[in-house]
Amino acid sequence: MNTLSDFQPEEILKKAQALRWEVGGDFHEQLMEAIYTEAARIADRAVTRPGEKARFDLDRAIDGVVTSRLWGFPLMILLFTLVFWITITGANVPSKWLSTLLIDTVYPALRVGASNIGLPWWLSGFLIDGMYLATAWVVSVMLPPMAIFFPLFTLLEDFGYLPRVAFNLDNVFKKAGAHGKQALSMMMGFGCNAAGMVATRIIDSPRERLIAMLTNNFALCNGRWPTQILIASIFIGALVPPYLAGLISALAVVGIAMLGVFLTFGMSWALSRSVLKGQVSTFSLELPPYRPPRVLHTLYTSLIDRTMYVLWRAVVFAAPAGAAIWLVANLRIGGLSLAEYIINFLNPVGILIGLNGVILLAYIIAIPANEIVIPTVLMLTVLITGMHGLGAGTGVIFTAGEASTYTVLTAGGWTLLTAVNLMLFSLIHNPCSTTLYTMYKETGSRKWTVVAALLPLVLGFTVTFFVAQVWRLVAG
Amino acid sequence: MNSQQPSPIPCETCPAHHAANLLKMGVDMADWDYVVALAGNPNTGKSTVFNALTGLRQHTGNWPGKTVTRAEGGFEYSSQRYKLVDLPGTYSLLATSLDEEVARDFILFGQPDVTIVVADAYRLERNLNLVLQVLEITDRVVVCLNLMDEARRHGFQVDDRRLARDLGVPVVPTAARYQQGLDQLLQAVSDVATGRTVCTPHRIQNEPPRLKQAIHLLVEQINQAFPGLPNARWVALRLLDGDERIVEAMQKGELGVLSRGSSEEAQPHLDLKLEATG
Repeated sequence: MNTLSDFQPEEILKKAQALRWEVGGDFHEQLMEAIYTEAARIADRAVTRPGEKARFDLDRAIDGVVTSRLWGFPLMILLFTLVFWITITGANVPSKWLSTLLIDTVYPALRVGASNIGLPWWLSGFLIDGMYLATAWVVSVMLPPMAIFFPLFTLLEDFGYLPRVAFNLDNVFKKAGAHGKQALSMMMGFGCNAAGMVATRIIDSPRERLIAMLTNNFALCNGRWPTQILIASIFIGALVPPYLAGLISALAVVGIAMLGVFLTFGMSWALSRSVLKGQVSTFSLELPPYRPPRVLHTLYTSLIDRTMYVLWRAVVFAAPAGAAIWLVANLRIGGLSLAEYIINFLNPVGILIGLNGVILLAYIIAIPANEIVIPTVLMLTVLITGMHGLGAGTGVIFTAGEASTYTVLTAGGWTLLTAVNLMLFSLIHNPCSTTLYTMYKETGSRKWTVVAALLPLVLGFTVTFFVAQVWRLVAG
Repeated sequence: MNSQQPSPIPCETCPAHHAANLLKMGVDMADWDYVVALAGNPNTGKSTVFNALTGLRQHTGNWPGKTVTRAEGGFEYSSQRYKLVDLPGTYSLLATSLDEEVARDFILFGQPDVTIVVADAYRLERNLNLVLQVLEITDRVVVCLNLMDEARRHGFQVDDRRLARDLGVPVVPTAARYQQGLDQLLQAVSDVATGRTVCTPHRIQNEPPRLKQAIHLLVEQINQAFPGLPNARWVALRLLDGDERIVEAMQKGELGVLSRGSSEEAQPHLDLKLEATG
């Protein structure tokens, strides 16, 4: 090492000496000229002299529109509606293909194969009717919307739009007594609430950070977007003529997401005026330059990083959950399955808040991952409506995607109220266990973690209860 | 009340709070956490900024070249202690005169954690020459766009956001005489010092091709000999220009110390140098 560094400087100096002859005597002037030209160029871009019209700056012009008081919010809603509309209308076809492949073709083949090699009924039921079917459902229901939604969302992010959204929201957060940077952790929450919890690290003040953590759950996460999109398209979209269905379902999803944003403000406001009183910090938010997104790169990373990540998580949780569902459905005490006991027990509360026992049980099973709520609901409904005997029957029932989902759910006693309240409850309920664990790790506080779990849950019950009461009053 | 409770002093993280609690420590510079250098063209209000931060009464006057040697002072911000070194005002760092050499050597060998370049917003073009040269040497720079009041009085608009984007370092508009913008300046300095802001400084690309080729060859060799040196390109330029001081530094292995990035090791060289010149 020593010999090397002793030797090399002399070499470099010799080289420099030789090169000096090559570049010539006006080196100094050339260099100064380069610096002066560059300085003039940069200064010219930044300075507007009197009498000159301010230099047209595309970034400024775009910012003038997307962060304007008048256009900022409407544009935001319009953009997100567009994204969901593309997602909802675009996901139908591939969803159908996948379900034809995985459920209509592979599933019967697996069952035939299992009986050919002589697997006992309980083992093939556990593995194929339980684990495989739940996983196949998750893949066919969730993969297409995710594969469309995430790249679109990432494109907006790459373009530089999200910080502008944060900028638009900053003022409202301040009024709610929260830190403006909460807009950023909320944006992260729209991807994953656990990531949102970690993202609150950018907020220095412990008080404002806690507010951001307690309200992060009101940002719809990846695991819940598919639920919203599916329920909106089969129940809300069905209310209007087919050519409007996509748009109306998209608006319903945007409406729920917006409600989440309002709840974030409302809850922050309430917290900052009760248990978490204090002053608001100021901060500066840098608006990065707009950049044309690198489309192929974005497609690749959003498919690998986000879509596959979420899907993998869903599958990992869906397989054991499928097994659990199969078990509670097939363990019989007396004449009834364990699932029916639990559902019957939960039904009164469920009906009272416009949901039902199946949904509540599904939410208990889905504590580790919101992704599996819909598959769980479907499987449990099939069980208790007597479309029973997970065998030939399910093969028929699970065909043809949305239409059959609708059939299953209405057979389970679902109404429009159930759908609306499920969408509400999906927005307002306890965060998943990963998020809660992250919050515990970040705060080290058991107390606040429990608050983070119970606060939205209680609020969710309250909201759905009132909606159900009013609905029944109005609808008779 | 346990330690997990939210802080009872909620405004403690707000920049304005810091500015109010900026501890001007005068000449007390014991146990500093960060060293900050203050560079800039003559007569841009460097000393005004220096006094505003340290509480010292360095003589300020509206004429160029007043600060010939360096002055030092201390301040505390956000519970970190800073040593502020006011360098002589210069138009360039090509070390053609004593004051340029003092400023240049400190930025290069002193390895300050942050270098504030005070620039005159009204005479931006001329001031950017120095800013660009500083950016060649170090990337931990905050540009203090001073005399905004004067520029505004002349009807100039300076787009500091555009400038920050073009230069790749934070740019803070100030009017130091009226104490305007100093809290934002402190925040930017602390962000760069603690590494919360990572700069991507603009480097000059527009030399003639002949020159570019020579620089490229030399940079390759320098990078091999001193891996991790933050300013190989600048060193190459100085060698091509026949800068004696840099030739000497290379022979003595001072650059090797820099490339290992340890300011403690580099410090003795600096002090020797400054005592000799100052």
